[in-house]
Amino acid sequence: MMSERRAAVVAGHGRFAEGIISAVAQVMGEGHGLVAVTNANRTPEGIEQAIREALDRTGATVLFTDLPAGSCTFVGARLARSVPALHVVTGTSLPMLLSFVAGGTLEKVVEQAQAGIRVLGEGR
Amino acid sequence: MTLELLRIDDRLIHGQVVVGWGQPCEIGFFVLVDDAIAGAAWEQELYRMGTPPEMAIEFVTVAQAVQGLARYQADPRVGMLLTGDIETMDRLTAASPSLRQVTIGGLHMKPGRVQRMRYVFLSPAEEARLQAMAARGLTVVAQDVPSAPVMSLDEVLRGDGTA
Repeated sequence: MMSERRAAVVAGHGRFAEGIISAVAQVMGEGHGLVAVTNANRTPEGIEQAIREALDRTGATVLFTDLPAGSCTFVGARLARSVPALHVVTGTSLPMLLSFVAGGTLEKVVEQAQAGIRVLGEGR
Repeated sequence: MTLELLRIDDRLIHGQVVVGWGQPCEIGFFVLVDDAIAGAAWEQELYRMGTPPEMAIEFVTVAQAVQGLARYQADPRVGMLLTGDIETMDRLTAASPSLRQVTIGGLHMKPGRVQRMRYVFLSPAEEARLQAMAARGLTVVAQDVPSAPVMSLDEVLRGDGTA
């Protein structure tokens, strides 16, 4: 069990957030502090409301989103204008979330995620 | 080339538009028609930040879009024009009779709206406005991504949210 819970909101298309959080739980166990938000069926205003509620509920100051051009990213960037403490990290991957849950700084999280991208196999 | 698509989408530029349409259709430029965003430099910067450099974006008011239409149509690149709501597209097409077809790409849940398709929720007033646009001679269809079937306005308005 993790000693300190570090909250963050994960937001994205379809069941992206729910799915990637389930993968984090499989690797790190429960108590990871991540909360999922989907953009499905939501207007930009609806996405903003859902993200705001999740941030308020958890006290999180980090929002992970899936796609740089995605609606959750745009909403997050707008939110960060009025909530200076909020950091928005986009292009979220499993290594990124694992690093965050393990206690990495955002700089380390991004660095490790980028370093972890590989093309393997003879045909590369 | 010409404007490939006139799309109504409350999320404007986002994943489906940039990746779903932009890459397979080789979209070279977007025309984002929104009277408020046309005067909001920070909002424009936000949309530019999320869009690949090979896809240009022009931010215009409805009046500017009407004036720029001939230029968009003559542009050698493939273009997509976007509005965030039906009302804006209605005003644009009413002032531009050469525009023949609009596509509902995404209008999501809001109070007062009923779900007609997986990605289309409409209020009675919006449905009446779409019907008025069609009565004016415009073809109104719905399609969220290129691989999805094109649905006629009649099919949309008969929908129960399952398609």
